[in-house]
Amino acid sequence: MSQQKQTITKAFWVKLFLVPLGMFAFAFALVPLYDTFCDITGLNGRTSSSSYEGQPIEVDETRTITIDFLAATAPGFPVKFYPMTTKMKVVPGKLYTINYYAENRSNEVIVGQAVPSVAPGEAASHLKKLECFCFNNQKFEPKQPIEMPVRFFVDSEIGKEVYNITLSYNFVKVKNTATEGVAGL
Amino acid sequence: MSTTTTDLQDEIDEIEGSHDSHDDHHHGPEKGLMRWVKTTNHKDIGTLYIWFAFSMLLIGGAMAMVIRAELFMPGIQLVDPNFFNQMTTLHGLIMVFGAIMPAFVGLANWQIPLMIGAKDMALPRMNNWSFWILPFAGMMLISTLFMEGGGPAFGWTFYAPLSTTFAPDSTDFFIFAVHMLGFSSIMGAINVIATIMNMRAPDMKYMDMPLFVWTWLITAFLLIAAMPVLAGAVTMMLTDRNFGTSFFDAAGGGDPVMFQHIFWFFGHPEVYIMILPAFGVVSQIIPTFARKPLFGYSSMVYATASIALLSFVVWAHHMFLTGMPIAGQLYFMYATIMISVPTGVKVFNWVTTMWRGSMTFETPMLWAVAFVILFTIGGFSGLMLGIAPADIQYHDTYFVVAHFHYVLVTGALFSIIAAVFYWLPKWCGNMYNERLAKIHFWWAVISVNVLFFPQHFLGLAGMPRRIPDYSLQFADFNMISSIGGFAFGASFILLTYIIVDCIRNGKPVKEDRVWDSAKGLEWTVATPAPYHTFDTPPSKKVILEESSHIGEH
Repeated sequence: MSQQKQTITKAFWVKLFLVPLGMFAFAFALVPLYDTFCDITGLNGRTSSSSYEGQPIEVDETRTITIDFLAATAPGFPVKFYPMTTKMKVVPGKLYTINYYAENRSNEVIVGQAVPSVAPGEAASHLKKLECFCFNNQKFEPKQPIEMPVRFFVDSEIGKEVYNITLSYNFVKVKNTATEGVAGL
Repeated sequence: MSTTTTDLQDEIDEIEGSHDSHDDHHHGPEKGLMRWVKTTNHKDIGTLYIWFAFSMLLIGGAMAMVIRAELFMPGIQLVDPNFFNQMTTLHGLIMVFGAIMPAFVGLANWQIPLMIGAKDMALPRMNNWSFWILPFAGMMLISTLFMEGGGPAFGWTFYAPLSTTFAPDSTDFFIFAVHMLGFSSIMGAINVIATIMNMRAPDMKYMDMPLFVWTWLITAFLLIAAMPVLAGAVTMMLTDRNFGTSFFDAAGGGDPVMFQHIFWFFGHPEVYIMILPAFGVVSQIIPTFARKPLFGYSSMVYATASIALLSFVVWAHHMFLTGMPIAGQLYFMYATIMISVPTGVKVFNWVTTMWRGSMTFETPMLWAVAFVILFTIGGFSGLMLGIAPADIQYHDTYFVVAHFHYVLVTGALFSIIAAVFYWLPKWCGNMYNERLAKIHFWWAVISVNVLFFPQHFLGLAGMPRRIPDYSLQFADFNMISSIGGFAFGASFILLTYIIVDCIRNGKPVKEDRVWDSAKGLEWTVATPAPYHTFDTPPSKKVILEESSHIGEH
């Protein structure tokens, strides 16, 4: 009997209960880890929301890449929003400008933010924007239509396996109009 | 009352270091219903877990019958699509969290102390608590069906934003139920780890432990590592829904794809949580009826551990279609397929154990052999799904449904049924009706294949899962599958009768060793197993004799 009932040390219990607690914390740690990982690698189409300020890059005339432009609005965002050019062929390294059209259909002032996304993920870091409505919040007066330009190029270092890129914008309402841009993007 | 006093007495004994009074106060269970509410006895709690799991199995099964009835013919006949979605969602959740997991915890409660020569679990009162959380969590989950807006209808994987922005109000109850279920299994797992690591008979080494104990030890580590991540995921859902955070909402800087990463970081270890104890059960049963020691005991242990480790690094194979760079697809594909190596080791070890054995086919053996064959079929379809380019075709089709039902029904559930038939005579002291049990086995094993095998063909032909209606070309196989489904469902009526009949009117078993060639400490205690066992730990001699892998010593 005396051999049977072994005492379990306090340290053992502490260690044992720390594992689930640590894993619970780990689940939340995954959020910043995931963000950082995606920002670094461009995984999941995460693309920059700030202007490209590097040197011009050489033009690669030997190939063309097709770009599709998409637009979407979040539920409850009363703005008509679409690309005025839906598809174009681009030469890597050359600058292009296209326009998106947006029209506030409500009678109120709306502040929105466009969230860009690029597919495939490998292309995200190679699509460079010099001018984009996604760099800042957009303010719409009631019933106001706007044409918003996107000035961009695809750098010539993009992998040869990419011949088609999709650039999409999702317009969402900004909850707090004071914030510039969207945190974490 | 007396149970509580005993525990107090235990603690007093421990403090005072006096154990003299201990040996003589043998007593049975308390009378009446309160016995089950207040019990801290591992056998009572094991029984509670298993009956709870069985009732959940019947409820989840009834939902499956609704699903198969609606899919009997093309078109919408019986239920509206939203209710159909609630059925698929709750069927999955109830079977995973309410039936399979509690059933294995029940088996662990009954068997682990008996198999390692311990008096009880390490934390008897927490054991009581972790069981009694379950009925409330289960009721809360089922009650969502009756709430305004209906129950959760977003699939058991509850992907955001379906489960956040677009979900019914009852989702908050679902979240709380998942929290409680998770809490219960984490406490259960902590108890299992503490019991196995500290309460083994003093002379029992780790490599003397039966495989069921080994697989449960590893499962328990998976549980304490994976379940908290699920708790984190549903907590983020809860705050997204109610407190204005944006973990999974792109509008606030979050990302819905991240939900899938977090969910599957839990979800993939979860599938091994449901299958590793099954491996343990089968590794106990096959040597008994093949009358040979288990082939490759230590390789079984290492294979189980490697499966557990690999299970944490393959999660994104559930997400090949979310868009992933080629390097990611290759990594997750190779890592996934690598799991078939330790799994193959196990299957070959079972086959080799049976090779040239003096096999007899009592009911537990029939279920175990069916497990080996049918689980392997599920493993093969898993390999097909693991191939990234092929998965683009298979994703979200009935092929996936066929795959995970082969591993979870003919895998996990079959092993639980095998375990119940194997140990029931020891638990209740009566033998089940062998003739009826064999009829039930053949009924179930044929109907389950009629039910799930055609779903492979449906999936390869492109029938999407989770949809109440389908195109006409899928009609024939769906009807066959539904007929199999009704037959398989009905087989559980017979199973209920066989179990109840065994407990009430079964022929009493005289031998302690119910199966003549069974090895293991559980067969050294009296039949039926007394309320208290192993007040004195078994001797080294007995432990070595009962290690079924003794050939390796």
